[in-house]
Amino acid sequence: MNGVLVVGMGAVDPDLVDEAAAAAALWGPPIERIPPLPEPEGARDAGRGQWAAAPFLKNLNAALPAGALRILGVTERDLFVPVLSFVFGQAQMEGPAAVVSLARLRPEFYGLPPDPPLLRARARKEAVHEVGHTFGLVHCPHESCPMSLSVGVWQVDRKGEAPCRSCAALARGRAERARRR
Amino acid sequence: MRTAWRILVVDDEPVMCESLAAWLREDGYHVDTAASGREALELSRSTEYAISFVDLKMPGGIDGIETMMELKKLQPEASVVIITAYATVDTAITAMKEGAQEYIVKPCNPQEISLLVSRIIKVKHLERENQILRRRLTGRYRFHDLLSKSPRMQEVFQLVRDVARLRSTVLIQGESGTGKELVARALHFSGDRAGKPFVGVSCAALAETLLESELFGHEKGAFTGAVSQRKGKFELADGGTIFLDEIGDISAKLQMDLLRVLQERRFYRVGGAEEISVDVRVVAATHVDLAAAVREGRFRDDLYYRLNVVAVHIPPLRERREDVPLLARTFLERTARELGKEVDDLSEDALRLLMDHPWPGNVRELENAIERALVTSRGAVLTADDFAFLRVPAGNGTGWTVPTHLPLHEVEHQVIAATLKRLDGNVKETAAVLGIDRSTLYEKLRKYGIER
Repeated sequence: MNGVLVVGMGAVDPDLVDEAAAAAALWGPPIERIPPLPEPEGARDAGRGQWAAAPFLKNLNAALPAGALRILGVTERDLFVPVLSFVFGQAQMEGPAAVVSLARLRPEFYGLPPDPPLLRARARKEAVHEVGHTFGLVHCPHESCPMSLSVGVWQVDRKGEAPCRSCAALARGRAERARRR
Repeated sequence: MRTAWRILVVDDEPVMCESLAAWLREDGYHVDTAASGREALELSRSTEYAISFVDLKMPGGIDGIETMMELKKLQPEASVVIITAYATVDTAITAMKEGAQEYIVKPCNPQEISLLVSRIIKVKHLERENQILRRRLTGRYRFHDLLSKSPRMQEVFQLVRDVARLRSTVLIQGESGTGKELVARALHFSGDRAGKPFVGVSCAALAETLLESELFGHEKGAFTGAVSQRKGKFELADGGTIFLDEIGDISAKLQMDLLRVLQERRFYRVGGAEEISVDVRVVAATHVDLAAAVREGRFRDDLYYRLNVVAVHIPPLRERREDVPLLARTFLERTARELGKEVDDLSEDALRLLMDHPWPGNVRELENAIERALVTSRGAVLTADDFAFLRVPAGNGTGWTVPTHLPLHEVEHQVIAATLKRLDGNVKETAAVLGIDRSTLYEKLRKYGIER
């Protein structure tokens, strides 16, 4: 399969994984949903009450079959990288794997009532964003582009789902090159 | 363009290093990592980093603060951000005091780092833009080592360009400190003689007999102390240019000798019998009004006309005040670099003061003033207070009463003698304080019979 695999990790609402898969499709390569993967062992940091992103990426790499271009994991866990207090997701720059965390995309995390349409929209944008990094895209200065940097949900909400013309063109070119390789 | 900037992350813990580097790479920066202070310094020797994130505690070798201080020595413009997992007020104060731009605690809020990086990079962009604009501006007003935006000086530059390729004798007139020698050099280096020697002689600095030997050379035994044959400046300048500074001060005999050289391009060494022929372009300079000296019979009119084939008049600084900010900033940049001081601008009030100053010592006085202000300044910007020494009391200032009963030459005599005495006979410093060049000072010392 010469495309992008999308997979839930641990207990995740399959509809939200579908949302992520549908959104990631706009980069061009075909999308395939694969059966859920377990959460990585030892990823939980008791002191921080969070999960390290690196083991998720490691397991996703291990699950990537030969011939597949990229793999995107979706988790409910609140992810972190050692130097930062949290991340909405993590990707290997121009590498095979990326992961999106739904934890801080949920309004409930901020003491607000659930808002399923809002959560779905956020999940789609973050899926596009992290897969974009795997195609080598860096943060985009256009606030409306999903590749723009988000350090808070208000920034996720501000951006759109469709990449700007330059990010779209760059990613398409790189995806095409990756597929040929 | 984010990608133009490089960032260095220094942390002994690979996961910390890599996680911050990966996050910054997603933002489009080129990021290098180092596992120790030593490795960071090694990288910084060959690569310029806009920002260095340095972990405070690194076991073995040098710690974060020391690394920062060494990095700053290698790249004074670089911004260093100290990161630590163990925040205390003391370490934060130490870090900031030693020059850290920021101090952040791990794990950091992504928003905090994002704002921090974009703020530092924004300043870097402005600094770089400022530098480029200044360079462009300075380039437009530069002619060899001369710098001016004044239309009168632009005319001087054009005249120099026009006559550079000719062999015509040039007479440069202008007050002390206006840059007569720089104009002479520009003339030499713009023309066909650029590859040949440029030889300068200050006619005011030497006694008549010494000057004669200096200009024309001497044969062995020509006078006491002439233990060997020596070539004079005219011979040394063969094929090139001789620059005769303070030509208005030479004796009647030398005026005659010089006239002969200018007419025939031939002369004899002191005590010599062999005629020596040279191909030399003569550029003379003086701060005195030679036409007036001719009228008063102190200077030969035939020599004056020989010298004054092409006349270049350099206006004093007070008549081209538009050059003051341009020159002041250029001297500031150069001298701060030479002195290793991190001062990069002049405040509005300092500029106003410099614009209002009469600059009797012209560009040289301005250059000296910038150096003096820089030596004593404490801040990153020179203020009017740093130039307090320029505010000479006009009336009954402390320790100085303006004499109202003395001829002007007597006032000059006393001021020079007192300044020289206060500076223990140091001619260089005395000339700098008086805002005149050394050759002018020598001439005045001789004129007034002041002993050093």
